[in-house]
Amino acid sequence: MSTPRMYRIEPDALNELIQSLRQQHYTVIGPTPRGAAIVLDEITSTSQLPIGKTDEQAPAQYRLKERGDDAMFAFSAGPHSWKRYLFPPVLKLFSSRKNGEGFQISEELPSSDHEEKYALLGVRACDLSAIQIQDKVFGGGTYQDPAYVRVRNQAFIIAVNCTRAGGTCFCSSVRTGPRARVGFDLAMSEVLDSEHYFIVEVGTDRGENVISTVTSRAAEDGEVEKAEHLIRAAAQSTGRSLEPDNTREILYQNSDHPRWDTVAARCLSCANCTMVCPTCFCATVEDTTDLAGTSADRIRKWDSCFTLDFSYIHGGSVRPSSKARYRHWITHKLASWVDQFGTIGCVGCGRCITWCPVGIDITEEFRVIRETYLMKRGTSPNKE
Amino acid sequence: METLERILSQHPFFKELGVDYMQLVTGCASNVRFEQDQFVFREGAEANQFYLIREGRVALQLFSPERGHITIETLGEGDILGWSWLIPPYSWHFDAKALDLTRAIALDGKCLRRKCEDDHHLGYELLKRFSHIMGQRLESTRLQLLDLYGVRS
Amino acid sequence: MVPRPYIVKRIRKDTVDTFTLELGPKDGRSHFSFAPGQFNMIYIYGVGEVPISICGEPSNSTLVHTTRAVGSVTKAMSKLRRGDIVGIRGPFGTSWPVEQARTRDVVVVAGGIGLPPLRPALYHLLAHRDAYGKVVLLYGTRTPDDILFKEELENWRARFDLEVFVTVDRGTPGWRGNVGVVTTLITKAGFDPTNTIAMIVGPEVMMRFTALELMKRGVKAEAIYVSMERNMKCGIGLCGHCQFGPLFTCKDGPVFRYDQIKDLLVKWEI
Repeated sequence: MSTPRMYRIEPDALNELIQSLRQQHYTVIGPTPRGAAIVLDEITSTSQLPIGKTDEQAPAQYRLKERGDDAMFAFSAGPHSWKRYLFPPVLKLFSSRKNGEGFQISEELPSSDHEEKYALLGVRACDLSAIQIQDKVFGGGTYQDPAYVRVRNQAFIIAVNCTRAGGTCFCSSVRTGPRARVGFDLAMSEVLDSEHYFIVEVGTDRGENVISTVTSRAAEDGEVEKAEHLIRAAAQSTGRSLEPDNTREILYQNSDHPRWDTVAARCLSCANCTMVCPTCFCATVEDTTDLAGTSADRIRKWDSCFTLDFSYIHGGSVRPSSKARYRHWITHKLASWVDQFGTIGCVGCGRCITWCPVGIDITEEFRVIRETYLMKRGTSPNKE
Repeated sequence: METLERILSQHPFFKELGVDYMQLVTGCASNVRFEQDQFVFREGAEANQFYLIREGRVALQLFSPERGHITIETLGEGDILGWSWLIPPYSWHFDAKALDLTRAIALDGKCLRRKCEDDHHLGYELLKRFSHIMGQRLESTRLQLLDLYGVRS
Repeated sequence: MVPRPYIVKRIRKDTVDTFTLELGPKDGRSHFSFAPGQFNMIYIYGVGEVPISICGEPSNSTLVHTTRAVGSVTKAMSKLRRGDIVGIRGPFGTSWPVEQARTRDVVVVAGGIGLPPLRPALYHLLAHRDAYGKVVLLYGTRTPDDILFKEELENWRARFDLEVFVTVDRGTPGWRGNVGVVTTLITKAGFDPTNTIAMIVGPEVMMRFTALELMKRGVKAEAIYVSMERNMKCGIGLCGHCQFGPLFTCKDGPVFRYDQIKDLLVKWEI
C-alpha cells in the first residue's frame, strides 16, 4: 500500500515548485555550487542546483567531483548549514540614538513581511534535526529569541532524504537520519536510474497546498520502494558511528582523561567546527557607535567557545588552555546538552570532521573516552 | 586550681588528653591578664609560655622601620597563642599585643618542655595538637597571601 | 530584549575602585521588583553591557548597584553623573533561599566585593527578623580601606539581634580590628550548624574554603549557597558564554546550592 500523500514529480516540476514558492513571496534558499564547495544561497531555478555534482569528504578534506549525470542532490552537507538563515551570523538587535542627556532605543524589526520569509530547499534529515534542536534552544526556554522564532515560524521546509552516505557523516547511529521523519512541509527522495523522478512526502497542510500547484501524480508502490531502498542503503553504508547513550556519565566522569592532552596537541582552536556545526549557538554582542557618537548599534555575532576570551572574567579566562576548550565543546555537544535541552546536540552531519584543518574526528575522540568508561564498568567495548 | 583544670579540660585543644596529663598540665597553668595595648610578648624574647585566650583579642605584629607596626593576624577568645616555646631556639618571632583587655591562661612552657623530655608520650600528645594548630594557621596564612580580593590587571 | 532607560539619581565612590549607582526609572513607572541575589544587565550607551548584582533594598523604589571599575563598561559607569541615562535588562537569575531559611540560623559570609550581592538578603532577613533564628554576618576584605558600607555595618553591629564580624587580610597602621582570612571568623560566630543556612559570596577560592570550614563545623553541603560569576553576554541563557559545566550561570544561577556544584568547583578550567 502506498503511504497516503506520497507524490511523484519529475525534475521539471521541482522547478515549478521553486517558482510557485517565489510567487508566494518566499525567498528560496538551496544548495548551489560556488568555487570549490556546495554552499547555501538564494536560488531562482533548479538550474542553480549542483546538478551532476557530488562531494568526497574525509577528515580535513572536501572535494567536489563531477558525476556525469543529472542528479540534483547527490552530495552531502557542505560548509553552510541552515542556521545561516534562522540564526544569522550577524544581526542587529537594536539601535540607540542620543537625545539630549539620554538615548532612545529602537528594536530592529524586519522592514517588510517578506523580508524573512524563507523556503529552505534541500534540508537533510540531520539538518532537520539540527533545526529542531535549535528550536529548543531559542524557542523552548523561559527567554526566547524573538528573531529566531519569527523567521522559523514562517520558514517552509523541503527536506531531502539522503540516498547516498557522505564521507564523514553518521546520522544513523545518532538516530537523526538518513530519513526525515517529522518537521518538514515536504520531504523528497531523488531516484535516478533509467528514470529520473522525485518521491515527495507531504508533511503539513501548507506542504499539501504547495505541491498541489505543481505537476504531480500519486506515487506507485514500486516507485516509493525504490526510494526507500536507496535510503536504507545510505543508512547501511555510513562509515562512522557515535553511540549516543550514557554520554553524560562517560564525559562527566572523564574530565581528566589523558585523551584530552592528545587532542589538545592537534587542536588549533580555529573554531571552524563551531562555525560549520548546525547546532552550535554561542553568540556575542558588540556595541558600536558612529564617529560622532550620535547613534549606537548593538550587533549580535556568532561566537565560539574555542576563542580565548570566550570565558574571560576580570583578569583571566576560565578556560585558558585549548585542551579545556576542546573538552568543553565536546562535553557540551554530547553531554551537557542532554541536561540543558533533553537530547544530545550532535546530529551526525560530519561537518566538524570535514572542516577541521587537522581532521579531528568527534566520533573517534568520543570512542576513546567511552572505551575507558566501559572498561571501568567491566563491560567490553566489543560486546555491543 | 580546680577551676583552671575544668576550663582547660573543656577546651578543644586539651580534649582526650587524659586525667593524669591534665593534672600535670594544670600544674603548669596560671591565670594572667593583659591591659589594653600591653604586650603579651616581644619579638626576640625567650619563649617560655603559651596562652589560651579566654577573653579579649591579641594582635600578632611585626615592626618594620618603613611601615611601623604591622598586624599579621588577630587571635581571640578560644584561640591558642604561641608555639615558639616548643621548638628551638625557644624565642618569640613576633610581637603580641593585647588590643583589648585580655584574660588568658598562661601555661609554663619551660616546665612542660622538661616534662615532655621525661615523658615522650606527653610530648607526642602536645606536638600532635600543636601541629594541628600550625596547620590551620598555615592554611589561613596561605589564603591571606593569595590576596584574593586584589584586582588582577 | 531591549534595555529600559533608568536615570542616575546618585553616584558615590565607595573605595578607590568601587562605586555605587542609585537609579530610578526614567518614565517614573512602577517599582523595580527583584529577589535578593538577582542581577541586572546594565547598558552604557555605545560601550556595552555588564551583569551586576542588585544590592539595594527590595522594597525600595531606588535601584542600587555597587561594583568595581575593572573593564571598559564598568569604567565608563564609574564616570556617570547625576541625570545620565543607563539601560537596564532584568532582573535575572536565581535568588537567595530566604524562604528555606525561615526558623533557622543564617550565616552570611562575604569576601571583598561579595558583600553587595548579599546585602538585599540581609535587608530581607532584618525586615522579617522574627522569622529567623540567629543571624550572623562575616565579612572579610583586603584592607580596612576596602571595607564597603561602613556606616551601615556599624549600624548593624549596634543591633542586638545581629552579629557582625569584620576582618581584613592585611591591616593598616592604626587598624585595631581583626586581621586574618574570613574563614577564621567562623569559629567565633554563634550559630547551630545543624539548623543553619549559609550564604557565601566572594572569589571562588574563598567560597570553597569557607564552605569547607562550615562543613567542618557541621553545616551540611545542602544548607550552603554560593553565588557564581561567569562571562555573560545575554543574561538569559541564549549566548552560551556563562556555562559552568552544564549549568547556565545566568539562569540556573548565579545562586547555587553548594552540594550541586561542589564537584564542578574543583575541576580545573571547567
